Amino acid sequence: MIKIINLVKSFNGQKVLDGINLEMPTGQITVVIGKSGVGKSVLLKHIIGLLKPDSGQILVDGQDIALLKGQALRDFKRRFAVLFQGGALFDSLSVFENIAFPLREKTRLPEAEIAQRVRERLAQMNLTAEVETKFPDELSGGMKKRVALARAMIQEPEIMFYDEPVTGLDPPMTNTVFHLISKTHQESGYTALVVSHDIPDVFQVAHQVAMLHKGRIIAAGAPEEIQNHPDPVVQSFIRGEVDFLEG
Amino acid sequence: MANPLRQLGRKSVDMVQEAGGMMIFLLEGLALAFVPPFRPRRVLEEIHKIGVRSTLIILLTAAFTGMVLALQGYYTLRKYGSEGALGSAVALSLIREMGPVLTGIMVSARAGSAVTAEIGIMRITEQLDALDTMAVNPIQYVVMPKLLAGVIAVPLLTAIFDVVGILGGYLVGVILLGVSSGSYFSGMVQSVVPLDINGGIVKSLVFGLTIILVACYKGYFTEHGAEGVSKATNQTVVLSAVLVLAWDYVLTSFFM
Repeated sequence: MIKIINLVKSFNGQKVLDGINLEMPTGQITVVIGKSGVGKSVLLKHIIGLLKPDSGQILVDGQDIALLKGQALRDFKRRFAVLFQGGALFDSLSVFENIAFPLREKTRLPEAEIAQRVRERLAQMNLTAEVETKFPDELSGGMKKRVALARAMIQEPEIMFYDEPVTGLDPPMTNTVFHLISKTHQESGYTALVVSHDIPDVFQVAHQVAMLHKGRIIAAGAPEEIQNHPDPVVQSFIRGEVDFLEG
Repeated sequence: MANPLRQLGRKSVDMVQEAGGMMIFLLEGLALAFVPPFRPRRVLEEIHKIGVRSTLIILLTAAFTGMVLALQGYYTLRKYGSEGALGSAVALSLIREMGPVLTGIMVSARAGSAVTAEIGIMRITEQLDALDTMAVNPIQYVVMPKLLAGVIAVPLLTAIFDVVGILGGYLVGVILLGVSSGSYFSGMVQSVVPLDINGGIVKSLVFGLTIILVACYKGYFTEHGAEGVSKATNQTVVLSAVLVLAWDYVLTSFFM
């Protein structure tokens, strides 16, 4: 269980997160929606330890992650994996080396075992062995996302974080990525947080949806509850109304 | 009146903060060289990128520098009938000053800018964040090998610069202008003392560390997308070249 309690963060005097309270149940996919620039990625970066809150707590299985240091922090980081918005694949490494990277850095597995696991993950993402030798700049946006997902999944995480997983992808590739998220979740049973503004596509993978607006969670519940939520701001966002987006 | 003063004060505070930040960054980077996991292969890769790939430009710069030193030196020394001192003039100029300084400036322009751009792009494309979330320290994995490579590669490039510069001077002084080969080299052997060589090595070590430190720091703290990378790269070349010249004065004053 990941629990966020009264999280506050400001940048240059401007409050981006203004008292966030949210619970992410173990083994479920929680989706945080909200318009661009509202602070969804900032929220995610707090949970993965890249940003420190001004106040508030983030508890993972009851442990405040802001208090973790040294080996305890490294152990915590080994429990999760992140799919970054642009994939964050290492430019100087081939697809194979990118996917093998976490195993080479964090395990002492023999190369033959690493190669086998890399190929299994490539197959899981419907990628052929031919892409192994390609470099990230030779891949399409969808392929990059799938390679990045393979790199994340090879770490066998207990918790997965997805930062805008389908931004910039065409509709078929969007469906492919959401299908892969569902498939990997069913296979691994990880707890997940998906940050996205892709409405309504993102509802297909969500067990729980929370809407972030003006630094606060203004609605949270099952996807059907959010879709029928009485708050006009939520409805306006779901329908993609211009006045709200510009407001 | 108050406004320009305030701006000056703010700039000064920013500069002091940046200098402090750079020192902490340097200490962290160097300290991590002694913490496992050790990645000697990463250091070798960086020596290749910073050192080996700068060799051609160092060879060209050194050859022409030695040639022009010999040309200028020859016509100046001839006025006093001292053409025989050409070898020592070329060697001392190169070993004490021109070798370390020009190597530093060329490495800053070629490798320093590349290091900033590489790390800056890693920053804006979240590759550094990805390392962090995989429990791999980005400073240990990305920065530390580059710092070590700078300290190793720049003195070696300086040595190459000195040798090639002396040969360039030989080409112009001895082969084209007719100075005797024996006096060119014997003057050099008599006038160059170990302190000159040690001074050159110390300078090149300091320049190598300074250039790569500035390059890594500017890249690591890049902000605001592609424009930020461009700005950081520009700042690296300007700042490291100025620091090389400033260090040169300070270190020369110690060795004189």
